[in-house]
Amino acid sequence: MTASTTQHKPAPNDWTQGGDAVHFQQCLSCHSTWYFQRPFCAHCGAVDPVTQEAGAQGVVYASTLVHRAPSEEFRAIVPYRVVLVDMQDGFRMMGHAELDLTLDAQVRCEIRLIAGRPLPFFSQCLETKNHEP
Amino acid sequence: MSFITGSGLTSFGRHEGLNSLDLMSQASQQALDDAQRTRSDIDGLLCGYSTTLPHLMLATVFAEHFGLQPSYAHTVQLGGATGFALVMLAHQLIKSGAAKRIVVVGGENRMTGQSRDSAIQVLAQVGHPVYEVPLGPTIPAYYGLVASRYMQTFGSTETDFAELAVAMRRHAMLHDGAQFRSAISVQDVMASRPIASPLKMLDCCPVSDGGCAFIISAEPEGPHPIEICGVAQHHNAQHISALTSLTDFGAAACVARALSAAGRNLQDVEHAAIYDSFTITLTMLLEEIGLAPRGRAGVLAREGHFDATGPMPLNLHGGLLSYGHCGVGGAMAHLAETHLQMTGRAGLRQTPRAGVSLLHGDGGVLSSHVSLVLEAL
Repeated sequence: MTASTTQHKPAPNDWTQGGDAVHFQQCLSCHSTWYFQRPFCAHCGAVDPVTQEAGAQGVVYASTLVHRAPSEEFRAIVPYRVVLVDMQDGFRMMGHAELDLTLDAQVRCEIRLIAGRPLPFFSQCLETKNHEP
Repeated sequence: MSFITGSGLTSFGRHEGLNSLDLMSQASQQALDDAQRTRSDIDGLLCGYSTTLPHLMLATVFAEHFGLQPSYAHTVQLGGATGFALVMLAHQLIKSGAAKRIVVVGGENRMTGQSRDSAIQVLAQVGHPVYEVPLGPTIPAYYGLVASRYMQTFGSTETDFAELAVAMRRHAMLHDGAQFRSAISVQDVMASRPIASPLKMLDCCPVSDGGCAFIISAEPEGPHPIEICGVAQHHNAQHISALTSLTDFGAAACVARALSAAGRNLQDVEHAAIYDSFTITLTMLLEEIGLAPRGRAGVLAREGHFDATGPMPLNLHGGLLSYGHCGVGGAMAHLAETHLQMTGRAGLRQTPRAGVSLLHGDGGVLSSHVSLVLEAL
């Protein structure tokens, strides 16, 4: 068996390319899903996984409010919240988020201009906000 | 079998005007002197990377500078886990017969050799270059993420974390080489500047200049030998977004393999040296390994459990949190202190019992793990 010779390129509308979407990959053989794009499945080795646009929904797995920024452009926006979100599509991703978000909150992702670049940003879903006492 | 027969440790903190090679040389000379050996006795050299001297061939650069012509040389890069990984590699090289007496060294002018922003940015590169680093996280932010999930799962509090910072400082106050030697309280930790919640300034280790070195030998020679009895590694995903769990990092299984190789179990351990880049790192490793019940490390620290006279003496030089962290040499300082403790030379810090020591380090964001089990002779 030979490995895929096609060079993997992220979708042009992926946020990492300046676009407004988040993508993930899925293996057609073992059905693993993952976030960091590559031209093969790291679980079973199958080549040519499908790249799909992700839905916006997820749940906050971990969260930190950053006060000490690594560079000038981020120093301008401190404090900012960085979260890991378990997406409904079955992968985990990092994003910025609303300052008052808590763990396990249901969130929606959109791409926002943050510190001069398009980045994933998570806000609490309105429907869960309404359920608060 | 292999033996640590000499150790050398510089003070940590500000070493104005000294570069990585200077600090590596100072520590190596101290280690040779401690082992009562000279350069011509050395046939192996293992060194760690330096962020202020990012050379393709640091081991041979150092060999030339220090004056060694080893028959084996190798530079290792595993982040904070490098120091113990070097010791594990030395142990295995000696067991294989590839070398008989190895210098293991790490040293870096991480504090004065670059700007503070530069140090923070270089370290943040352990994150994913496409999916994480562009979001502006820092190393404390990665560990802040771990801490948030840990607190939610096991009920640890910020004051629990603070107790560990206080205990490490208490230990460092008895070591002239420590970067920070003035007493702190839980209130001081809680009131210190926020860095990346829940971590505050005093929950984080400093950036330091310093160096550390060992002589690792095939024979229990010289005045101060201790035996390396068990070694193990475990590697998770590199990036925090790709870790499947932030509450199980494989540290316990890694330690269990090292103990098993030594024919020991956790109950035999009399003294521990555990990586403490942040209070959450130390909390999580102590509790995952089983040196403290889940959610209890802070309470035990407050009760003196980890003091020299307590049931589990821990990081008696003050750890990364208070002795300091110069990169590769940071974790190696845990082992230099262990060598002193196990050979009865730790002075005011001496613990009455250190016959069997367990060391565990991690690199990246709990990505790479190395465990060592040592026994006194």
